[in-house]
Amino acid sequence: MDLERLYREERGRALATLIRLLGDFDLAEDALQDAFATALEHWPRQGVPSSPRAWLISTARHKALDRRRRSRIFAAKRSEIAYLSPSAADTEEDADEDAVPDDRLRLIFTCCHPALALEAQVALTLKTLGGLAVEEIGRAFLVSPATMAQRLVRAKAKIRGAGIPYEVPGGPLLAERLDGVLRVVYLVFNEGYAATSGEVFVRHELCAEAIRLGRLLHGLLPSEPEATALLGLMLLHDSRRRTRIDARGELVTLEEQDREQWDRKEIAEGTSLTESALRRGGAGFYAIQAAVAALHAQAAGAEETDWPQIAALYALLLRLHPSPVVALNHAVAVGMAEGPARALRLLEPLAASGELRGYHLLPAARADLLRRLGRFAEAAAAYEEALALVQHDAERRYLARRLAQARAQRSAPHP
Amino acid sequence: MKYLLLIYENETNWAKVPEAERGKIYQEYRDYTTAIRKSGNHIAGEELQPTSSATTVRVKDGKTVTTDGPFAETREQLAGFYMVEAKNLDEAIALAARIPSARSGSIEVRPVMPMHSPE
Repeated sequence: MDLERLYREERGRALATLIRLLGDFDLAEDALQDAFATALEHWPRQGVPSSPRAWLISTARHKALDRRRRSRIFAAKRSEIAYLSPSAADTEEDADEDAVPDDRLRLIFTCCHPALALEAQVALTLKTLGGLAVEEIGRAFLVSPATMAQRLVRAKAKIRGAGIPYEVPGGPLLAERLDGVLRVVYLVFNEGYAATSGEVFVRHELCAEAIRLGRLLHGLLPSEPEATALLGLMLLHDSRRRTRIDARGELVTLEEQDREQWDRKEIAEGTSLTESALRRGGAGFYAIQAAVAALHAQAAGAEETDWPQIAALYALLLRLHPSPVVALNHAVAVGMAEGPARALRLLEPLAASGELRGYHLLPAARADLLRRLGRFAEAAAAYEEALALVQHDAERRYLARRLAQARAQRSAPHP
Repeated sequence: MKYLLLIYENETNWAKVPEAERGKIYQEYRDYTTAIRKSGNHIAGEELQPTSSATTVRVKDGKTVTTDGPFAETREQLAGFYMVEAKNLDEAIALAARIPSARSGSIEVRPVMPMHSPE
């Protein structure tokens, strides 16, 4: 009976419901933590209740209401919390888990409200739905824990003070607000997929959480092709999860991954969702990226990858949704489809513009292209540049290996 | 919840708008005001005279210092306001978006501090 794991799995949904019932993020988080502490005391002896989530919600609610009754501040705050369903506290939750509505959708639309700064949206989503500690979120976004804590405090104060409603937006507003939500979900997935700093390269729980959120969104909006596409994209990336790091914790590139270990079920589902999204919505931002991922997934081996098609898709993405990162990915794909020299030429203006300053994947890409052209001295210099910027230990070691190779080849006598 | 909707416009641009066009915009404002009175959202609202008519007052060391002009030079200037009652921020945003100047300028949506009940 792994209580920590149970808590991690149930926490997000329980918290989302508690926020609705209590009308306050902090109160809900504190109360849930108290409830879990009580669970840790009683469940090992008495056994886990048949509906642990409902138990946690009920216990937390009672603790919170007790606290409130004793607090004089409650009277002053009454006007502030009035907008958050004041009568919801009267609803008795069923013992049946599934009867408790899934409030995570409200929570994510609230966390991703456009009135909050993007960095606040991501932080709040990760804190409440990803269940991450403040320090972990801070590390992920390269800010100190104190700064991240402040960011969360200010975001919650804004939600309270400005009256951001705890609702799923209705009607035409939903599609509009969905863009922001998808962006945050994808950011969460990417954090799990390739955490930007620290030893733990692939944070499975975050990816799983992002995929869960993706499923929620896809389920609610089956006719929104980009929600479908994002889910497909995440599943396709996730299918490679087991092969990205080897037994020693070292990074394994796409070309070297053991494709037998790719999750075929996720690939099948991801591909099907991608095809559906492309059919219904055409060249969406996530749909195109999902199509690229599907092409990788379908190649039986690295040599069979349809690079020209991938390069064409990135060219389309670059035209419709231009950004420096998309330009970089396009160049890398061109490097595979047409050769490294052409790709290097594409990267020149990108490097010169300084838009990707601080982004290690730019010098890493240049290094790789230079290495393939046999320009080892320049490759070594580019690997050094990338090493100065890389955040991730596994990636750092990979780049260090490449650097060592490049240096060795630079010094090797020419035939 | 009460919100103040602060209407910012570039005065120079507004001055260049031809008479007929201005008349149309004022009618839109009248229609808007009527509509939000009817829906129960309107608490107050006024057009302000331009910043050329503004005076800024500060008291330093007990002395009242008066200067000509707005408190700061900005790219867009405060042109008017509405005080509205709205269920939540989303409703306030929707009200703000219907203000004619939202298309050409900016509307700041600022929640009003709730009344503190005495201890």
